[in-house]
Amino acid sequence: MGYDLNFTLIWRHFDKLWSGLILSLELAILSIGIGIVIGLILAVIYVSGGRIARALIAAYVELIRNVPLILLVYLVFYGIPTVFDFAYDNTTSFVMTLSVYAGAYLVEVFRAGLDAVPKGLIDAGKAIGLTPWQRLVHVRLPTMLRMTLPALSNTFVSLFKDTSVASVIAVPELTYGAQWINFNTFRIMEVYLVVTGLYLVTGYAILLGLRALERRYSIGR
Amino acid sequence: MSGKPTGATPLLRIKGVQKSFGSTHVLRGIDLDVARGEVVTIIGPSGGGKTTLLRCVNFLETYDRGSITIDGAEVGYRDGEARKRRTETDLARMRAETGMVFQLFNLFPHLTAAQNITLGLTRVRGLGRAEAGDKAMHWLKRVGLADKAGHLPSELSGGQQQRVGIARAVAMEPKILLLDEITSALDPELIGEVLDVVLSLAADGMTMLIVTHEIGFARDASHRIVFMAEGTVGAEAPPAEIFSPNQPNERLRSFLGRFSAAHRL
Ligand SMILES: Nc1ncnc2c1ncn2[C@@H]1O[C@H](COP(=O)(O)OP(=O)(O)OP(=O)(O)O)[C@@H](O)[C@H]1O
Ligand SMILES: [Mg+2]
Repeated sequence: MGYDLNFTLIWRHFDKLWSGLILSLELAILSIGIGIVIGLILAVIYVSGGRIARALIAAYVELIRNVPLILLVYLVFYGIPTVFDFAYDNTTSFVMTLSVYAGAYLVEVFRAGLDAVPKGLIDAGKAIGLTPWQRLVHVRLPTMLRMTLPALSNTFVSLFKDTSVASVIAVPELTYGAQWINFNTFRIMEVYLVVTGLYLVTGYAILLGLRALERRYSIGR
Repeated sequence: MSGKPTGATPLLRIKGVQKSFGSTHVLRGIDLDVARGEVVTIIGPSGGGKTTLLRCVNFLETYDRGSITIDGAEVGYRDGEARKRRTETDLARMRAETGMVFQLFNLFPHLTAAQNITLGLTRVRGLGRAEAGDKAMHWLKRVGLADKAGHLPSELSGGQQQRVGIARAVAMEPKILLLDEITSALDPELIGEVLDVVLSLAADGMTMLIVTHEIGFARDASHRIVFMAEGTVGAEAPPAEIFSPNQPNERLRSFLGRFSAAHRL
């Protein structure tokens, strides 16, 4: 084997990876946050709205879930500004894309969760005189969120990994940092080993954190 | 139970109520009055429409014909003959006047025992936090669960959960309490603690409409027993008469006979 592992150059540029990891986390947190808002609003509209609203939401979910994320990223970053004649920076564009993408997955999780709230709990809410809105806020949503925690954890970790797609439009997140170091040092094996480790450790840390939340709050089905 | 209360007009008046689920005619013209302070128990074979009737009383279920009034106000519908469904706000306001305790407890799983009770007190009755908290504690004490106020439903036994369910309903100070087989999901050894709470409420003069398969309890707790089968009221009388060996209603006799057979161990 003519390849000796040498990490010296990687450590010299480690700040690129570190800032990339921070940015990856920021992208994930922002997109998940916005995605949760989109998902919650659409899920509530879906379960209480009319047929047209349902059809539109279903179309959005199907569209997003059947198109590769990388294509959506290109479409939003290159396509939309061309058509509407404006420009935005690549990070904003990616956060928008991943939010819409996250929203589609989360609306599915939340919708299924709302459907799974036991009818008896809604009856109990009615029986003490709660209005439909109060039942939604105080009974259905809190129950649904606790029931969907396990599904949410998985979705969040996936979305964190999906931030790596931002590298294709030069958002300087972790994968992009890895590519930069690779191009500049040619230590291809070392840099991707280190980056893989970083994704692994961070993803696992996120999962552990969410599992702790689940243990505290989850109420199962 | 003695001293049947008498009132000029009944608190709950059910007249000619009919209800179908698709092609199944579940309630075939029910007439039933419950006076203020009265405890009325409905017994009868499975599928006879007992649960459906109870759910109609606080409009968890719609009904097709007839009328149900509480204190003179029509449940669920307005405008007399036009039978327009009330608005959701209206329905919520009316439902707050009828308490319901469920077979499967239906406690809000994310709220503690105390919070299960205060939710309605603060959001529906408009009480302040402190006042609602005091009231919840009062009722938790009353059902023997003062030490469980901070527990989640999942941390309570079935009997304890059901007592919280009762406290949640009565804390709202409803005009009438509806109890649908509230002990049938409980282990036998937990049934007594729940029925004791119901008996103490009856002693306080709480108006109750009860569905139960606990025939002994029905006899002890009720002013009046209603036998319901196939969507109609088959017999209606004070317990002594219902359980009399001379009971003329044959279906009732055979229903009770099956019970005593099952209980003669
Ligand atoms: N939501 C529903 N949809 C369709 N049919 C229903 C529904 N709820 C009840 N029924 C039917 O109505 C009939 C009466 O049911 P109900 O639950 O009122 O009887 P019940 O007297 O309470 O019986 P049990 O003693 O077993 O609780 C049954 O045939 C039942 O299958
Ligand atoms: Mg029933």
